[in-house]
Amino acid sequence: MPSIMRGTTDNGPGDRRPGPLLPEADDDGAPFWEFAARGELRVQTCADCREPRFPPRPCCPNCRSFTAVWHRMSGRGRIWSYVLPHPPLLPFYAGLTPYNVALVELADAPRIRLVGNVVAAPGAPVDSVDPALLRIGAPVRVTFDELAEGVTVPRWLLERP
Amino acid sequence: MATRLKDATAIVGIGQTPFARQLPSSEKTLACRAILDALDDAGIPPSQVDAFASYTMEETDEVEVAKAIGAGDVTFFAKAGYGGGGSCATVAHLAMAVATGQAHVGVAWRSRKRGSGPRPWRDTRAQLPTPAQWTRPYGLLRPADEIAMLARRYMHTYGATRDHFFNVALACRNRANQNPAAIMYERPLTREMYMTSRWISEPLCLFDNCLETDGALACVVVSAERARDCRRRPVYVHSAAQGLPAQHHGMVNYWNEDPLTGPAWTAGRHLWKNADLGPHDVDVAQIYDAFTALVPLSLEGYGFCGRGEGAAFTEGGALELGGRLPLNTAGGGLSEAYVHGFNLINEGVRQLRGTSTAQVPDAATCLVTAGEGVPTSALLLRS
Repeated sequence: MPSIMRGTTDNGPGDRRPGPLLPEADDDGAPFWEFAARGELRVQTCADCREPRFPPRPCCPNCRSFTAVWHRMSGRGRIWSYVLPHPPLLPFYAGLTPYNVALVELADAPRIRLVGNVVAAPGAPVDSVDPALLRIGAPVRVTFDELAEGVTVPRWLLERP
Repeated sequence: MATRLKDATAIVGIGQTPFARQLPSSEKTLACRAILDALDDAGIPPSQVDAFASYTMEETDEVEVAKAIGAGDVTFFAKAGYGGGGSCATVAHLAMAVATGQAHVGVAWRSRKRGSGPRPWRDTRAQLPTPAQWTRPYGLLRPADEIAMLARRYMHTYGATRDHFFNVALACRNRANQNPAAIMYERPLTREMYMTSRWISEPLCLFDNCLETDGALACVVVSAERARDCRRRPVYVHSAAQGLPAQHHGMVNYWNEDPLTGPAWTAGRHLWKNADLGPHDVDVAQIYDAFTALVPLSLEGYGFCGRGEGAAFTEGGALELGGRLPLNTAGGGLSEAYVHGFNLINEGVRQLRGTSTAQVPDAATCLVTAGEGVPTSALLLRS
């Protein structure tokens, strides 16, 4: 248990576990997480008209096809925006402030912007980058971090820290 | 020919409870008090109420309210979704029901103990319009974080500054300082207080965020014909609109061509299309202000200025009394009370009755908007 969680009574009704919130995949989103666990960043793409879409959904808003493939991305992107959350937060996150949450526009699909964290190195914590190094437009590349057994999320490294 | 909504109905009664960080009464009790207050204001007996409208997030349902206030047989009831995006839709749904003969006396209400209750974002099991799997594991937890993401991009793209957001916060606070019912009635705001306050989610600080309030409000909608016999001067629903833009994603509107173009644009286009008036005819505006940054976006979406000009619009006292567009004249969600924007509706009615504590002289038209950044709604009211 992380030390910041010990003895806290500030838990909301849904804050059941002493750690980061883990993604709870729905049917449409499950493949994203399965590929992430293999270290692959893939985006749901229409098998007929080839239009990528995010978040994943049952059919293509462009051509209404229900057939999709998961297209592998290069893992490169740029910071579209970012925030630095401060308390009040869920207890685990309050202990990390100020951490960053960035929105990364994918180089391969500019309308798809993934929420994530910029970290100093693969596996480094979400408060490992000096916020002064963050700027809109900064190029980043993907890395992956295992949050819990079998649960892996993409994170982002500055190309020019 | 389709039934027209324009001026077919009017708001004839408004009611509210006191506002406070914490009130002892239950939400159900507060709802009943606000509704009975509104009916008394209208001079309509509760037994004549035959329609109800509220928000999907409202915890007190129609059955509880109807039996407590002694309503008659109810023939229309509806709820609008997406939190504060539903505020104006409650009145719009009643107006449509009354205009089409589905009901005759409609009550819209919102009762909420947001000050006493848990913060909604603490419930990590709650279903969001876009699944939280894409945002929350990274610590993007609260509406403030989600909107701050758009706010920083807006600042970067269009040159908006914290001073622009301060202009919004200050206008609301100044009006609250004139309104004895406002939570912030006796608490002035200065630029120094704003600039040195703690962050909530950079670039948004404490004063960019709305209050957390207990309270309830209600209003009564009848036909224009019936309105002429009521106790108060009618305030007509001139135009009403809802807005869910193509490929919109709610507060995390991050996955389309232009995330900064939100529901206000869709609702605004529809609102003006069905109105005899345009943005330049609006005397006073009640714009949903859960966060200051929503106001510049809404000013653009509802056509008061061009794309990217919303921040500059706030300069030179434009939002103050005597400015180009007096804003949130009871204090808004930032400084009067945060009850999912229903207080903006009631203040719009007071302005057009001439009874606001910050009255705009001869105000004859008022825009009221619901939450920008979520599927939204808006009303154009006239006297």
